[in-house]
Formats: sequence, structure tokens, C-alpha cells
Amino acid sequence: MASFPDKVDSSDVYSCLIFDIKRYAINDGPGIRTTVFMKGCPLSCIWCHNPESRSPDVQKMYSTAKCIGCEQCIKICPEHACTLTSDGIITYIDRCIVCGQCAESCPTKATEMSGRPETVQSLMEILEKEVLIFDQSGGGVTFSGGEPLMCSDILIQLLDACGKKGIHRTVDTSGYAETETILNVAKRVDLFLYDLKIMDSIMHKKYTGVDNEIILHNLKALAEVGANITIRIPLIKGINDDPKNIEDSAVFIARLAGDIKGVDLLPHHNIADNKHKKLGQDHTSQTMVAPDQERQEQIIAQFEAYGIQAKIH
Amino acid sequence: MNARIQKLRKLSVEAEPSLSIERALIETEFYKENYGKYSIPILRAMNFLELCKRKTIYIGDDELIVGERGPCPKAVPTFPELTCHSVEDFHVLNTRDKQRYTISDEDIKTYEKEVIPYWMGRTQRERIFNHVPDEWKAAYEAGLFTEFMEQRAPGHTCLDGKIYRKGMLDFKQEIKDHLESLDYLNDTEATEKAEQLKAMDIACDAVIVFAERHADLADEMAKTEKDKTRVAELKRIAEVCSRVPAHAPSNFWEAIQMYWFVHLGTITELNGWDAMNPGHFDQHLTPFYEDEIAIGTLTRDQAKELISCFWIKVNNHPAPPKVGITARESGTYNDFTNINIGGVKTDGSDGVSEVSYIMLEVIEELHILQPGNSVHISHVTPNRFLNTACKVIRKGYGYPAVFNPDVYVSQMLRSGKSIEDAREGGCSGCIETGAFGKEAYLLTGYLNVPKILEVTLNNGVDPGTGKVAGIATGDPLKFKSFEDLYTAFKTQLNIIIDQKISVNNYIDKMFAKYAPAPFLSVVIDDCIQKGRDYYNGGPRYNTNYIQCCGLGTVTDSLAALKKHVFEEKTYDMSKILEVVSKNFEGEEVMRQQILTRTPFFGNDEDYADSIATQVYNDLFEAIDDKPNIKENGKYHLNMLSTTCHIYFGKVLGATPNGRLAEKPISDGTSPSQGCDTHGPSAVIKSLSKIDQVKSGGTLLNQRFLPNLLKKEEDITKLASLIRSYFALGGHHIQFNIVDTATLRAAQKTPEDYKDLLVRMAGYSDYFNDMNEDLQEEIISRTENEAF
Repeated sequence: MASFPDKVDSSDVYSCLIFDIKRYAINDGPGIRTTVFMKGCPLSCIWCHNPESRSPDVQKMYSTAKCIGCEQCIKICPEHACTLTSDGIITYIDRCIVCGQCAESCPTKATEMSGRPETVQSLMEILEKEVLIFDQSGGGVTFSGGEPLMCSDILIQLLDACGKKGIHRTVDTSGYAETETILNVAKRVDLFLYDLKIMDSIMHKKYTGVDNEIILHNLKALAEVGANITIRIPLIKGINDDPKNIEDSAVFIARLAGDIKGVDLLPHHNIADNKHKKLGQDHTSQTMVAPDQERQEQIIAQFEAYGIQAKIH
Repeated sequence: MNARIQKLRKLSVEAEPSLSIERALIETEFYKENYGKYSIPILRAMNFLELCKRKTIYIGDDELIVGERGPCPKAVPTFPELTCHSVEDFHVLNTRDKQRYTISDEDIKTYEKEVIPYWMGRTQRERIFNHVPDEWKAAYEAGLFTEFMEQRAPGHTCLDGKIYRKGMLDFKQEIKDHLESLDYLNDTEATEKAEQLKAMDIACDAVIVFAERHADLADEMAKTEKDKTRVAELKRIAEVCSRVPAHAPSNFWEAIQMYWFVHLGTITELNGWDAMNPGHFDQHLTPFYEDEIAIGTLTRDQAKELISCFWIKVNNHPAPPKVGITARESGTYNDFTNINIGGVKTDGSDGVSEVSYIMLEVIEELHILQPGNSVHISHVTPNRFLNTACKVIRKGYGYPAVFNPDVYVSQMLRSGKSIEDAREGGCSGCIETGAFGKEAYLLTGYLNVPKILEVTLNNGVDPGTGKVAGIATGDPLKFKSFEDLYTAFKTQLNIIIDQKISVNNYIDKMFAKYAPAPFLSVVIDDCIQKGRDYYNGGPRYNTNYIQCCGLGTVTDSLAALKKHVFEEKTYDMSKILEVVSKNFEGEEVMRQQILTRTPFFGNDEDYADSIATQVYNDLFEAIDDKPNIKENGKYHLNMLSTTCHIYFGKVLGATPNGRLAEKPISDGTSPSQGCDTHGPSAVIKSLSKIDQVKSGGTLLNQRFLPNLLKKEEDITKLASLIRSYFALGGHHIQFNIVDTATLRAAQKTPEDYKDLLVRMAGYSDYFNDMNEDLQEEIISRTENEAF
């Protein structure tokens, strides 16, 4: 059994770090939804489109496009960690203490701190604003991330609170968590969006940083307890779009117990580049592309051969 | 689209708007000869009869529905009795880049010689401007409000179903009965009523003559036509035109032609705002459609062809040209005939029929500017209809707009209409609520609410001109609290509104006296019964609307002052006023601070939304229920802006919300441009906090990237968003599906486009926050994903 990183312990403070909340989310489950993005993820997929979600800590993000070069951040930084260059503001990470004063002083919000603490109560206030719209559209809340199961304590409280208000609950997960945890969460979830990235364990480890053994195990366990699951597969050319990986995925899904709702295929977009840049990170994502149209259609056909309905999302 | 419709559409789209002086020449000749011989109503009716007898009749190749206001498609007559264009005006109209109307030098010369000398000193516009007090002029010139009736007649008229049940001969009989029953012994108004009724009778004859001339021309054309099919069509046209409008229509074709003659009659008699409108056209046509389908005399395709012919006819009629301030406030060819589709019947049941679906198909296939159109979605409207409409919305034509009968019926009940009249009503022009066929609901002009705040912040002076434009409501530097500021703003608001109303009352009287509309009065209840003109309280209901603009801009400005000056004291009032007066020059940091740290309207945050509610309620208090000149007539609040928010922005300096001078103010009740950053569901929540039943219409424009409407299920989600807004009490919502040009503009001035959402699975971002490469990708996909 794989070992897990430390869980973000929220039991004492009853809060977790949220890096975004999106209303009118229409791609994260049925109906119109509010998606809560929780910070921290045990995986480090090289194609990750939300790179700010990986670290469970507050991070500084900076957008050159929004910067007007007013140097307020430089003036205010107690550690003298910011400096103006021809590429805009640069932060010396080793000096930065992530105090957030730069973000507070930034007039255009070119500098922002990713990750803000929210409590169950504060989040529920935001979620309840949309109840009528959830009801009308058959939508609800989606907890995404990051990996929401990393904050399972507060996640469970949130799921219970939503349950009391009759709000439909979706959890978007990598499945990388203790089986006991995920089964406990499953009792409070109406729909899982469950990522299945690569079937080969070595390749999985290479590209995501972790073993897939527990992920596959948990998916089986969820299927056995009759959880409502939509499987999501990111499609990255040359990484997981080969016939063998698709074949293996289809076989695995076909053998799952219960009624799997189907497979959403998510062709890769280079949408994370800007976020990496904002975080001041180097990354290799620009070399990744989605499989072409023809290959996408072949992939759909491969799933169909196993009676699995796959669609491009 | 069949070959006929393709041809007619092409001709309509390609024809250039032009000015025709024919109407002015006939009218001037008539007035010279007859003014003073008759009472004014009879003079107007005879003038109308003269026009119908003499104007050029046009029947184009392939046309099935016939009749033009001018001598050919897109030719617009002038109305010198209201505003007589000068030679200079014509040169401007003939040469300006936008909304150009061509006119030949020869016609300008004729006009100068034959028309202008007679009308100098006799026009409605001169009567109005000679009367108005200096304070009004100062406020008008500062751009605090506009005046609708200085170049066009009060209009905004919609029809109910009566013209499908009664022909002009029936109306003549009704008029005769009322004339005979006039009580000269006890009714002191009997003589005036008699003149009005006689005028209406003449007006009925006029449209009958007009139709007969079309019948004669069609017969004539049939004699020389070589194509046998066309000969049959021309004979059918002749037959239709000799039946309607004299008699009630007996089939689908006649029903459409009936309406079209009434439409043309109204817009030939006068140039009322928003032309004319059939109202619930699908509901009116449905009985004819169903009867004919049942007996096999009409196919669905034929019905669609006739509706398409009608649609193109409306497109042939650009708005009469305006000049000066009125052109700046309403610069468009669109004359706002807004066809209501769907909705409810008078008994409250669902009004959607097969004809409604045909109309949606016609809108999608024709893709022309006019007529405007809207779908009406009540709680009884089937989802299939809403979803079909959403698919047309996805095309990105900006049409159809979506309205909520559940709210506008309540609006009308609140303002005293019967439930049946309210249900037969709907929305016309842009978003204005009215009881179709029974109400004169006149737009009187737009009110620049952010400008009122600007004048308040300058103690009554317009900083643009340096002249006094309002009243002194106190030195803003002495305001101790937000309440002090708000009280001054409210006082200013009330004064300006009263000023506008007092002049509007005068203008209404001038129209009642000098420019009655006897033909329009025939088709609006209860003008015949009352023996009164449409402009003189003849209709069953008489409303004057004042259209208040810039709720978002004024709310955000007040929120900025409240937070930064009075609560957090980040800046003092003198600093804000100074910075605003120099258009934030050299103060970009401060402007950005305000832009990023003020709660703005449209984000479902009570801080700003409660200010919006307060302003809305105070506008309501200032306007609602004030009497107009008509019996039981009232002023009501309206929140429409059309294109006036652009003009109002031009005359407004920088505002405390960080908006730069001359930039447009917010439109309708929409949030300020780009300030709604929490998505459309937060916007509708904010809007639902204002009690929309209190106004004769609110307006919400939402920008969507095609990306949000990509999948079939996205359509259903859009439909749910609309249902949600309507369940929350929303009146109107309209979607602009942004095109490449908009995205390019967003790249140049990101600040104005902060609301553009991009949604992908597990990921979402604002267009502005994406890097250039990704923006380029989105743009190229927007280009390729034409639906």
C-alpha cells in the first residue's frame, strides 16, 4: 500500500485553504454548479492545469499583464524580496515570507495570494447564494482542487452541511486517499468525477509522482458500494493516448461493479502556462498537446467496443 | 430559405436607406390649401387621406405581402409638421458615416423651395423649444436628460387581436354609432368628440383607399406579366388587398396583409417612436394557421414563406432619421418593432403554437436587423420552446430577447390594468411594458442618473460646461456622512425629474392639440368609445415613462464614495473630486485601487446591491404615479437605455467608480461594463434584489463567449439560468454572444471586459487573465465555432 502525504489537518481550525470559487460552473457535473477549488494535492501531474492547486500552502501569484509598474510592492515588502526588472516584478523566493503585504498593496491585483482560509460557515454562505439556481438547473456544488480528499475532515462537514440544505454534491477527485476516507466521503456524495490518468503503474508514477495502485483500488471500492461515478480521462498525446493505455482503461472500467455513468475525455489544453508563469515556475507543459481529432474518435470507438459511452468534454 | 425569400432578403439587405420628399410635398401642398378650413383632427385625417390617395404605390418582384411607407424599400419620408429638416440637416444625413440616408441635391433644392418656407415657425419642435424654461434648456444641454418628442411623435404602440376580428368597415360602423349617440344636450365635449370621430371615420377610408390602390396596381401588373405563376400571385395579391383592411381577414395571408396595412397607415400618418408593433403576432396568426392547415388550403412551408415576406417588409423600414442630440441618443436604423413570441393567452394559458416555432426558424434563417423579436417565457411555457429559442440565441445575432410574462403581468396589474388586458400586453420597443391595443405608453426621454450625481458633487454645476444645470444641494466637502451625500443626490434627482415632467406635460398637450392621430386612434381601445384621440387620453390606459439610465455606474460611484471616503477614509472627498475632475490623469494607482477594491453592482454582494436598490426605489418614488395630462394618466419608472448610455457617457466626466470621462455609462439595469466578475448567476442574483415589478421594464444584457454554449447540455443550462432569473423576478435578459471583434477589443482594453468568462472542465478563468497565446487560441476557436 502506498504511503500518503500528511493530511492537511483542518480539525482544529475548521478551515481549509481555497484557491478559487467559480459560480456558473457548467463543466463540473450536472446543471449549473458552484465549484470550490481546495488547495493541496498529493499528485504532481506534469499536465496539471491548476498548478497553484498543488501546494497546500498560500502562494504568491503575479501577472505581468496586469502590472502597471507602480512599485508599491517593492516599497512595502519587509524582506526586500521584490524587484522590478524588464519582465516586471520578480520575487526572490528565498527571501519571501509569504506575508501577503505586496498583494494587499497592489492596486491592480497583479500580485495576489493564492489560497485563502474559509470555514464551513463562510463557504456555506457563498454556496447558499445559488440554491435557487441549483434547483432550477439540477446543479449543485462541486468540490475540486487540488485534491479535496486531502481536507477530508472539513470536506465531510461541508458535504453534511450541503446535504442538510438539499444541495447536490459532486466531488472531483484523483482518488488518491485512504480507502476508509473515500468510502466515508462516499456516503455523503451524489456524484464522483473520478480521474483515471494512466493504467501502467510505472508510467503513472513517472508523470504524476505517485503509484496508481491505490487509485485503482479505491475506484473498485467505490463502484462496489454503488457510488455514482463519472470517470474522467485527460488525453495527452504521447503520454496516455496510446491504444494500450486506452484498452487497459476500457477493460478496467468494463469490469467495475455497478453502473458507471460514462467516461468524459478531456483533451489537453495548454491553459496552465500562464499560471505557471504567475507562480514563477518553469514547466514543460508547452510541449504537450491533445491527440488529434482522428485519434480522439478512435479512442471513443475503443471504449464503445467495451460498451462504454465515452464523450469529449 | 427558398429562392423568393433569398431574393427579397438580398434586395432588402442591400438597399441603402434614402430619404423621400414625396410625403412632405403632398402634405405641404395640402396644408397650404386647407389649414384653417377644418378642425385640427379633421385636417389631420384629410391630410392622411390625401397621402393615401397620392403616394407612390410599390409592388416589387416576387413580393407576396405588399406596401411600403416610401416609394420603394428603405425610402423614408419626412414629417415636416413635427421637425422640418434644414438643408444643413440633409447634408449631414447624406454624408455621415453611420446611419446615412441618401438624398439627391435636386430633392434638397425642391425641399428648400417648396417645404421649408411653409413650415418655418409652424413645427411641433419650434412650439416645444419656444416654450421651455431656461433651467430646462440648461439641464437638457448638459445631458441630464433627453426629450423624445422633439423630432418624433409619441408612439410606442402595440396592437392586440382586434384587427383580425374587425375590418375598417366594422370600425366605421362603430364610429357611426358613437357619433349618433353623442349627447349635445349634456356633454360639454360632444362637439370635440364629434370632430374626433369624424376624423377617425375619414382615416378608415384612407387606409381602404390605400389598399385598393395596391389591388388595382396588382391587377394592372397581372395584365402585362408573362410568368403564369406570378400572374396568379398578382391576382391573389389583388384579391387580398380588396378584402383587407376593409373587412376582417378570412385567412392566413389576409391576416398578415391586414396587419401590414395598419402598420403602414400608422407610420404614414405620423412618425411615432418605435413605429408600430403587432404584439403577440404568433397568437394572432395561430387560429388562421390552424384552420387552413386543417382544411388543406395552406402548408407549413407556405405559412413560413408568408411570415418571411412580412419579416423582410419590416426590415425595409428603417427608423426616420434624427439629427442633433436625438440622433446621438438613438443612432440606429432599427425602428424597434419587437415581435412578441410565445407568452400567455388572455386566460393565462400557454401561448406557444406551431407559428411560434416557425417564427423562430424565420429569425434564424433570415438574420436581418428588423423586426426585433423576443420570446416570452412564463411558468407555463414548455421547455422545448425555451430550448429552441436558446439555440437561436447561440447563433449570436443578439436576438431573440427573453421576457418574463409572470413579472410584466404583475407590473401591469400594479399599475391598474385588468388581468385580461395585462395578459394580452407584453413588451415593445426594447423592454417597455404595455397593454397592447389599449394603452398609450409613451417614452418621454432618458434620464442620465450618473450625471445627476456629477452635478450633485459640483453643487448644481455641470463641470463639463461650467454652467448651472441643477440646483445647489450643498458643498460636497461639507458632507459629514454618506447619508448627507445621498440626501443631496436625492434632492437633485427629484428636482430634475420634476423639471422634465413639467415640460413633458406641455409637450403632450401640444401633440393632443396640433398633431392628433385619428388613424391610430381607430385601432386602440377606447378612443372610439370615448371620442378622444390617442394623444388626448383616448386609450383605456395612459402611461408616460421616464427611462432612467446608468444604475450600475451610479451605484458603483456611490459605493466607491461610501467605502473610500466615509467608511475607510482612504481618500478624502476633496481628493476624489480633484482626481475625478482631471480624469484620473497621473492617478492611475488610485484609479486601480478604486477599481479593484470597491464592491460593484452585479456580484451578488449586498454592499453595492443595497445601494442599487435604494437608488431604484428613489427613482420610483420620484416618478411613479405622478399625473400626466390625461384622465387617470400616470408617469411610471422605466429602466431602458437603448443606445443612450453611449451619449450620456460622452457628456459625463470621470466618475468616482474609476470610469474615465466620456466612456459609456452602464446600460439598462446591467452592471457597469466588465464589473460583474462572478459570473451570470451572481448578476441575476444582484438584479433580483431590485423589485422589478415597480418599473415598466428593466434591461439586462449579458455577454457570453461561444465557449459557454458549446455543448448541447450548455443550452439547457442557459435555459435554466433564464428560468432562475425569472423565478427570482427578472423582467428581461438578452445575450450577446461575443465575436472575434469583441475579443480583440478585450485584448486592447481589458478593463472593460473583466466579465468575459472562459469555462473548461475543472478549470475556469477570465479571458483577461489568460496569456496572449491562450487568448489567441480562444479567438481562433470563436471564429471556427460559428454555430
